[in-house]
Amino acid sequence: MIPRMASVPVQAASGPMTGGPTLTSVPPIRLRRRSALPGFGPTLGFTVLYLSLVVLVPLAVLVLRASGLGLAGVWAVAMSPRVLAALQVSFGLSLAAATVNALLGPVVAWGLTRYHFPGRRLLDAIVDLPFALPTAVAGIALAAVWAPNGWIGGLLAPWGVQVAYTPLGIFVALVFIGLPFVVRTVQPVLADLDREIEEASATLGASRRQTVWRVVAPTVLPAVLTGFALAFGRAVGEYGSVIFIAGNMPFRSEIAPLLIVVRLEEFDYAGATAIATVMLGISFLMLLAVNLLQAWSRRRLGHV
Amino acid sequence: MAISSNGHAASEASGTVAIRTEGLAKAFGATAALAGVDLAVEAGELVALLGPSGSGKTTLLRVVAGLEQPTGGRIFFGGEDATFVPVQARRVGFVFQSYALFKHMTVAENIAYGLRVRPRRARPPRDAIRRRVGELLDLVQLAGLERRFPSQLSGGQRQRVALARALAVEPKVLLLDEPFGALDAQVRRDLRRWLRELHDRTGHTTLFVTHDQDEALELADRVAIMHRGRIEQVGTPDEIYDHPATAFVAGFVGDAVRLPAAAEAAGLRVGAHMIPSPVVAANGTRRDDGPAVLFVRPHDLVPVADHVHGIAVEIAAVRRAGSGHRAEVMLGHGLPPVDVVLPAGRTARRGDRIRVAFANLRVFPA
Repeated sequence: MIPRMASVPVQAASGPMTGGPTLTSVPPIRLRRRSALPGFGPTLGFTVLYLSLVVLVPLAVLVLRASGLGLAGVWAVAMSPRVLAALQVSFGLSLAAATVNALLGPVVAWGLTRYHFPGRRLLDAIVDLPFALPTAVAGIALAAVWAPNGWIGGLLAPWGVQVAYTPLGIFVALVFIGLPFVVRTVQPVLADLDREIEEASATLGASRRQTVWRVVAPTVLPAVLTGFALAFGRAVGEYGSVIFIAGNMPFRSEIAPLLIVVRLEEFDYAGATAIATVMLGISFLMLLAVNLLQAWSRRRLGHV
Repeated sequence: MAISSNGHAASEASGTVAIRTEGLAKAFGATAALAGVDLAVEAGELVALLGPSGSGKTTLLRVVAGLEQPTGGRIFFGGEDATFVPVQARRVGFVFQSYALFKHMTVAENIAYGLRVRPRRARPPRDAIRRRVGELLDLVQLAGLERRFPSQLSGGQRQRVALARALAVEPKVLLLDEPFGALDAQVRRDLRRWLRELHDRTGHTTLFVTHDQDEALELADRVAIMHRGRIEQVGTPDEIYDHPATAFVAGFVGDAVRLPAAAEAAGLRVGAHMIPSPVVAANGTRRDDGPAVLFVRPHDLVPVADHVHGIAVEIAAVRRAGSGHRAEVMLGHGLPPVDVVLPAGRTARRGDRIRVAFANLRVFPA
């Protein structure tokens, strides 16, 4: 069971380790194929060793620890109202934030690749900020801006909309940290897009909107899905930037990673690992689904 | 003469003009890609735009299609001013050099695209679209491949899909950008013949860009030679080949060797030789005295019997060429060698002296 997890999804569950664009570009390893180019043996050996040390062993220990509770025990922990609520907050909001990024990120990428305007490089660099910033810094900044007395929060307060210290705040933080993943995966695909394909569409009578939806969108879809998966994985594991803005109210704005920390502080190691294992499982299934979707859309494109 | 070019209105009454450009200009920044192009293509004609790279032929095609806005001049489609008609409304069939097929669509979906994107009112019913796609697949000889994706096709097949896709919208004119550019020689020749047949059957007004003169001369009803954003000459392949209007055309078409010459009262001086005035006059290329250039193609110089008034030359090399031989001769010191086609069955050796005469003289002021 454990080796199967090796390829991809585990990264997502462990927050600080997410982020490599390797997530989807690693092709399935076929042991039987012999290559005419030497180096397969040592490379595979290193890959397996490295993945084992960095990814598999810690996860195996995690599962092992949780197994002390037994399947029923893990289930009981997962189904306890507070854990259930935290999982719902974490996965629900991560999904929502990744979806928003998957919709709006390509627009940003489009603006940055297709047009040349003064300040484009600066804007392009700004996209990376959420990625590069220490998450605590991002969290403090977001909380300050979106708090009822902050710049944006102050504008929303008269309308009765409170962002900071509510689930909405978590959502804002997750959109913030997820944006670069979508933009950076879609950008190169848009840049490589053959202009003549759009021109061909136009000469055939298609309006600009039809061209974008029928020709451009299907072409960038696999990249958008990759970006979505990366943003989602990062969002599920995000901790630093969220806890400052979340308010961390149990049953309302408490994320699952925080609950793990809470359990650890209560010396309830079994409970913490149980929650972690459940998160691992859910992340694995979701990323598997995204990858299948991606494989399907890539096949449709006819080139892998 | 169906095309009238550069103001020489040859015979405007014959046939209807499908595309006409007037003083078309296009500048990219400081560089002028088109510097005043006047061209008229008759309905049903197959016209080639031939020129070296950077001569503006692709730009002209793109401006006609509406993919580029001209910076000056006008375009008429069948008498209507189309200069500012957006590309979507021009009803042109454009085949790109890279084919620009939609990779995520099957062959059938690619071909049906132009019909499916029409507004609901103008869109044919599903069955009609399917029928039309079937007809076009038959036309381009790809029946049975409708479910394939472009990546599963050969280059020649992709090219034909691109053509079928362009034809699906019943374009007023068909514009082809280097239609055979990306194909290997054999496929190229086959497709060339096939395209000519297709054109004869369907009768679409067609303008195509090429840098391959064999292709242009073989395929087109008329050829427009472009150079530096202008049209140098428009005419039938025979006119272009036999009667080049400018020095550029004479040098560009055929394997012409360019020789410096001087026009004098007595005749034309080429290297060490003097071609007498009567010979020059007989060829109809009399020019004012002064420096000139002479363009010589292999068949322009013919060996003549010794007693005829010819130029005595020494053979520098003999090469096999097809069914006969070609001799390389020098007309003067420091001049590039010129080919002479020897009559069948006759051979020669290096160092032999023969007499040659000009069957054709193409002289232009330098």
